Amino acid sequence: MSLLNTFPDYVLTTKTDELINWMRKSSLWYMLFGLACCAIELMHTGGPRSDIERFGATPRASARQSDLMIIAGTLTLKMALRTRLLYDQMPDPKYIISMGSCSNCGGLFQLAYSVCDGVDKVLPVDVYVPGCPPRPEALTEGLLKLQDKIMSERWLARERRNGQAAQA
Amino acid sequence: MSGVTAKLRRLEMEPLQIYESLRQRYAEKILEVGGKPDAYAVVDGSAIGEICHFLRDDSETAMDCLSNETGVDYKDRIEVVYHLFSYKHHHGCVLKVRLPRENPVVTTVEGIWNAANWMEREIFDLLGVTFQGHSDMRRILMPEDWPGHPLRKDFVEPQEYHGISTVRESPIIRLDQKH
Repeated sequence: MSLLNTFPDYVLTTKTDELINWMRKSSLWYMLFGLACCAIELMHTGGPRSDIERFGATPRASARQSDLMIIAGTLTLKMALRTRLLYDQMPDPKYIISMGSCSNCGGLFQLAYSVCDGVDKVLPVDVYVPGCPPRPEALTEGLLKLQDKIMSERWLARERRNGQAAQA
Repeated sequence: MSGVTAKLRRLEMEPLQIYESLRQRYAEKILEVGGKPDAYAVVDGSAIGEICHFLRDDSETAMDCLSNETGVDYKDRIEVVYHLFSYKHHHGCVLKVRLPRENPVVTTVEGIWNAANWMEREIFDLLGVTFQGHSDMRRILMPEDWPGHPLRKDFVEPQEYHGISTVRESPIIRLDQKH
């Protein structure tokens, strides 16, 4: 049976930017990537109880298919270089949520010789989620904040976000 | 069951007994026995391989497990500490080797207990002790191009690493201030 002529003749009006943004924010695929104990909360957030997939966020096991990187855990200097490599592999537009005290500022380990004091020293961060570790609700809130940010973007205008998106 | 336990217990040796038997066998290679409540023996670095072989293979000691191997920087010397344990007799002992801070080199015990492989790599990585005869003497935790050995007391943290600043702009705690 064909669907032709079965739909009422409705017309939805919207702005192209808003349509694009709405589609992008509703399918934020985050990279399956965790660094320390925050990754446990990240898994919990993706699990059935908090179910971040309600908001269209699902883990992808490849940087090349991801829109969002959640830095979950202590970022060591050694890992910072590798994290930057992973970030460079992600296609634009791409976003970063810094999850937990360690990736925000080095947290408990900020005086350690091996720890990078904040992921923002290496990569541009969109949303910081405080907590040690943040509860799943907090990370979900961070994702919703990021969705708000995505909705405010203007892709067809000349001026774009600072940083990575301008090169797109 | 209690009979089995009693049999095991009978073979158990106190650390001081073990050091005494080492002393009888190796004499001047055992430099010092001390430490309370947990006794240790300081042994000559050149004999550590030989002594460890004996402790593992002798049926009375039978140290079949190297439960921990670590290093300490005492500012005037570096010590490598061996914690041995016997599953057969349920006893253990501690050996120490003293090394000069400049160019600390000691023979590996990797050939005796495979567990030493990674532990010696860690000591090399963090304290700069070289283990002669080790099959894979590389850093294990720090990046390959890291300057220096971070657990040395005179280690100075680099200001930056590959363009990443290691200095925090607004630290909550500062190491140069008294609390």
